Amino acid sequence: MTAAPLVEFVDVGFAYARAERDGRAFALDGVSFGIAAGEVFGVVGPNSAGKTTLLRLLTRVLAPARGAVLLDGRPVNTLGRSELARAVAVVPQDMPRPFPFTVEELALMGRYPHGPSRFFEDADDRAIAREAMAATDVVALAAQPFEALSGGERQRALLARALAQRPRLLVLDEPTAHLDLRYQAETAALLARLNRERGVTVLLVSHDLNLAAEACDRLLLLGAGRIARLGAPAEVLERETLEAVFGCPVVVDKHPVTGRPTVQLAWGGGVEGERNR
Amino acid sequence: MSPGARLATALTALALLAAAVAALAVFVGSAELSPGAVARALTGRASAESVEAIVTLDLRLPRILVALVAGGALAVAGVAFQGLTRNPLAEPSVLGVSSGAAFGVVIAQVVGLGASVPEALGTTAFAFAGALLAAGSVWLIATAPGGLAVQTLLLAGVIVGIFFSSAITVLISVLDVNRLGGVIHWLLGNVAPIPAGPLALFGALALGGFWLVLAHARQLNLLALGEEAAVQLGVDAERLKRRMFVGAALLTGAVVAFAGPIGFVGLIVPHLLRGALGHDHRLLVPTALVGGGVFLLAADTLARSLIAPAELSVGVITAFFGAPFFIVLLRARYRAVL
Repeated sequence: MTAAPLVEFVDVGFAYARAERDGRAFALDGVSFGIAAGEVFGVVGPNSAGKTTLLRLLTRVLAPARGAVLLDGRPVNTLGRSELARAVAVVPQDMPRPFPFTVEELALMGRYPHGPSRFFEDADDRAIAREAMAATDVVALAAQPFEALSGGERQRALLARALAQRPRLLVLDEPTAHLDLRYQAETAALLARLNRERGVTVLLVSHDLNLAAEACDRLLLLGAGRIARLGAPAEVLERETLEAVFGCPVVVDKHPVTGRPTVQLAWGGGVEGERNR
Repeated sequence: MSPGARLATALTALALLAAAVAALAVFVGSAELSPGAVARALTGRASAESVEAIVTLDLRLPRILVALVAGGALAVAGVAFQGLTRNPLAEPSVLGVSSGAAFGVVIAQVVGLGASVPEALGTTAFAFAGALLAAGSVWLIATAPGGLAVQTLLLAGVIVGIFFSSAITVLISVLDVNRLGGVIHWLLGNVAPIPAGPLALFGALALGGFWLVLAHARQLNLLALGEEAAVQLGVDAERLKRRMFVGAALLTGAVVAFAGPIGFVGLIVPHLLRGALGHDHRLLVPTALVGGGVFLLAADTLARSLIAPAELSVGVITAFFGAPFFIVLLRARYRAVL
């Protein structure tokens, strides 16, 4: 990697205040890595390994206690809020829905950082939001309230909102958590297409190791707030490393079609092995 | 239709409705004036000392204006509290904020503030402080690690409301009844006519609160997605919340200072508008200003004519409709949650 990375974490450390730590993410400690422009990068690891904390530090919801999070070489906390939101868009797992906004209203909200002082979105905003809805195939649902949608449709509506931000980095938080197999496949295909055709850099945060192995160029494996392994999926998803990080026996195999690593629990025999240890 | 066109259509319709209700209100009242006499007074053809001029120009018109301003301010405060707490049932009286403001007004009465413009400003300052105190208490009580909980928020509002009502009762019991004679009547919520100076002050304060909320209407939409999502879309969520607290408390405080704690307008009006226009705060805030005014004016006209020549308090009317309305909304909401 010779070009300057789009995103860079430099020796980042973070700890939640005592009251917040109970049952929530642990601190991050000494985390350094970079994401190159155009890459599909995955962050994986067990629950409370620090994946969500890492995402929040990148999007300035939290500020690092040590080190720096850089976007294009500039610390994210020196960027304007809108400036950051024009570069980085997040697709959450789900969203609270106190008011039943329609899919189109939701997609238009992605235009806010491009003109925060505008009262109504202008024609450009509406055209870009339309195009984002077309890219994720939700135009037919434009007038539907978000909560009337199925899990897969919600995912695509939230993705449309993120695309309407016209970001350079698209961050997906557990994108397949609520999806059945078909929607998982569709989401993965859509991400690959966005990355290939629009050059959008993708950061995938997930505990789904198999999805990450298929979708990502490189993976970062977090264990208890530290980097356990960083590299190509085949280098990271390796039995000893995974067993140490997740604390359970696994079987790593090769996908018969793609040749990427696959990870499964070593159910019966593995538990036996655990007992013998 | 674009949002701008929908807003213009809705505002035009509401303005026509406001004009119609205001026309009705100016001809109705306990003083038996013929329509011709009212028309003479309105067009300046009656002498200033005549009964029709005094009743029409000094009583009915100011009362209509107070109702329009108070209703609009309450409905906008309702939308602001709903956006701030992300709860469509939030509203100044439900959240106990009106009671906090009323406590402030009673304190102002105790220290002897009267009805002149500077003194009315002082009274509003007390009401504003009381509203902020109540809203802040509700917020602190209802905040859990995961954010605001729907049920906790409403319970906290009820509890805070009862607390401030009790504090008012204590003050009234201890103090000279003669000096606070008007307080009981005022506590029911009344749109009594007020002189031009204080009326202008009332209008200016309400307009200030309205502008503050309107300027953040688009951000309130994003806040509905959750604080974290709002921040990730470029909104300074903490600053937004502080400003909405101030705006909603100012609107509530001004209404309570000039008209008393009138309940449920901020619940009923925004809910009707949500049914017609959806949940975009940029459509709700301006239409709530006009729609709230129409609603309270209609309620006050009803209050003046139901048991004529005696009058009901308009707060009684709004509560009479508002309480069942609240129950229906609450039940619908819980059905959705369960």
